[in-house]
Amino acid sequence: MTDSRASETETADLETFRSETRAWLEANCPPEMRKPATSDADVFWGGRNAKFSSEPQRIWFERMRDKGWTVPDWPKEYGGGGLSAAEHKVLRAEMGRIGARPPLSSFGIWMLGPALLKYGNDAQKKEHLPKIAGGLIRWCQGYSEPNAGSDLASLQTRAESDGDDFVITGSKIWTSYANYADWIFCLVRTDPAAKKHDGISFILFDMASKGVSTKPILLISGYSPFCETFFDNVRVPKSHVVGTVNRGWDVAKYLLQHERAMISGMGERGVGRPLGQIAADSVGTDALGRLDDSMLRGRIASFDVDEAALAACAERAVDLAKAGQAHPAFSSAMKYYGTELNKRRYEILMSAGGVDALEWESERSRQGARPRAWLRTKANSIEGGTTEVMLGIVAKRILDLPGA
Amino acid sequence: MALVLTEEQSMLRDSARGLISDKAPVSHLRHLRDSKDPIGFSKEFWHSFAEMGFAGLLVPEEFGGSGLGYVEAGVVMEEIGRTLMPSPFLATSVVAASALNRGGNAGQKSEYLPKISNGSLLATLAVDEGAKHRPLQTGLQAVRAGNGFRLSGAKALVVDGHVADLLIVAARTAGSAGEREGLTLFLVSPAAKGVAIERTIMVDAHNAARIELANVEVDADSVLGEIDQGAALLDGVLDIGRGAVASEMVGLSEEVFNRTVEYLKSRKQFGKLIGEFQALQHRAAELYVDIEITRAAVMKALQALDTDVAKAASSVAVAKARAGTTATRAVQEGVQMHGGMGMTDQFDIGFFMKRARVCEELFGDANYHTEQLARARGY
Repeated sequence: MTDSRASETETADLETFRSETRAWLEANCPPEMRKPATSDADVFWGGRNAKFSSEPQRIWFERMRDKGWTVPDWPKEYGGGGLSAAEHKVLRAEMGRIGARPPLSSFGIWMLGPALLKYGNDAQKKEHLPKIAGGLIRWCQGYSEPNAGSDLASLQTRAESDGDDFVITGSKIWTSYANYADWIFCLVRTDPAAKKHDGISFILFDMASKGVSTKPILLISGYSPFCETFFDNVRVPKSHVVGTVNRGWDVAKYLLQHERAMISGMGERGVGRPLGQIAADSVGTDALGRLDDSMLRGRIASFDVDEAALAACAERAVDLAKAGQAHPAFSSAMKYYGTELNKRRYEILMSAGGVDALEWESERSRQGARPRAWLRTKANSIEGGTTEVMLGIVAKRILDLPGA
Repeated sequence: MALVLTEEQSMLRDSARGLISDKAPVSHLRHLRDSKDPIGFSKEFWHSFAEMGFAGLLVPEEFGGSGLGYVEAGVVMEEIGRTLMPSPFLATSVVAASALNRGGNAGQKSEYLPKISNGSLLATLAVDEGAKHRPLQTGLQAVRAGNGFRLSGAKALVVDGHVADLLIVAARTAGSAGEREGLTLFLVSPAAKGVAIERTIMVDAHNAARIELANVEVDADSVLGEIDQGAALLDGVLDIGRGAVASEMVGLSEEVFNRTVEYLKSRKQFGKLIGEFQALQHRAAELYVDIEITRAAVMKALQALDTDVAKAASSVAVAKARAGTTATRAVQEGVQMHGGMGMTDQFDIGFFMKRARVCEELFGDANYHTEQLARARGY
């Protein structure tokens, strides 16, 4: 009985939190920030050189930051909102209800932050977390190398010990937005003699350090969201290693779970009008108001079924984690399915758009926004671990199938 | 509401699993089939099921039931799916009990619900008429006659129709096939004059019937819910049934999957375990993800039903559509990965394939529910 009374109090408190949150969002989220982002300029990434693309974007960011809601579930002492998992879920639902954009997008929030909270020492947490929460420092991720893609642990970027410093030499590839980033979290080889997983360290350094250079890579979308990044004898204090030297693979794997969760959620950003209605704009409808292409309509409806089911699964994954019942490799399952689904979404959008979705440079097409986004999605099932790597992880770690 | 089972629900699952796996493993179904059992399920076991409170799981406590919700009903259905136990639980305890509880007047509830709870009354919903599930196409005629109605027409895939003590028949009192207006539910005794019942032994060795009604006379008290306005009641009851069947399919899919993965870990060819082959690993992993996603969608639908049956339609459509495609995939991969063994009757896996096919047709297949979602979203 005590338990059920305690849970009743909890439910009542949560409902109070919900109504207060709803009222606050209504009062504080500018109307312009309640529409889906349609271009990269609509997304605020923070950092030393950050610029707001509009006044509402600035106001929304500052109000959310002041409440700690750029990182709602981080501890308050690090600039977070200190929300419980249940409150965080309520906040996400209430933001979703009015279509509020995230006030700050950042690899610091999605990837480094969780890893620092788990593996960082006090000084590292105090130094870096508040700057992530406040959007002051923009981070990039130095993981993949030209010869270490799916086989990430074979990475070769060297960090040689020299007194209190490591001296880093090598190169990274597919470094997202390295050309805009202030700092990098990077995997380096600190013990070349050890087995490949055992000689890696996870280290942080300033991209303005002497010896760092970047070169954007032009992709099939015509954009350059990724860079090649070169390190030529970059000197980094040993105190910047997160966790234990040579145990960086633990940190890397933990961070990858968060990265995969982030990528699997990418499709959700497109929420707004149902896909079928978007398609109706270009394809037209029949006398009964149904999409005038029954095969396409069927594909869209199947997509909608799978998307709704995946949303339930994402919600359940959070609830399982909260209940301590989550499998640590489940993010790989979500990453695989979420990215394949997002590719399906854009194949449908291209098919629905027909000729209109082929324009690449016109004002009318917002500089080919749709075909460029379509091409961008093809990376979803490659970046952060390919679909094939994800399925391999599920097979081995969750299903415990034998071999390699 | 968190999408995980509560402690009480987990305890219910454990007790249902213990009972069912002990008393009614797949060999139970096999025995009933091979012995050509006259009713196709165990009455004795149904009574012990009732004694444990399962028969009246959804019935309010004032009528002798447990007063639990659809998530709990789904928990039991999932366990039934793991062993393919034939039982009146779906037709009587889920569908008919919900119809009576949601649509019945005080007299109807107090007459029937206590008997459902104690396991002494079997009831079923008769809705489908054609080859496919199309509830609005109901054409069975009910015309006013004296103080009551006269019913004529035929029903198919009436689950447990060969043993039911009470039929809940969807009929047309006005309008024509395809229209929402003019549907009415009737309580009909199978013993009434003019009722002809043919047991149909199905591919999965479960039980259903084709029923013909030829000028069957019922009195005005036999109307369940409102005359001409039965569509809303029927929608809700069908959605409850769909949620339950989807749960059964989740249990079925997971059981097939577990058996298949075990086989991959024990069968050797080319000098190694076949589970070492990446081609099979990836297919197994994809299926695992499919099942997990479907499980979440089904749980979401059951919670939506518990919150408000009238607003659960889209969640239920997603759940039943996903459950259908997932179970179909699970049983096909199950047979394929078991190789020649999967084709033998001696091996259980075929029973799962057959049951999945029937569950897919029950209360609308994946195509039907995908179509419903498209309509609900306005395209």
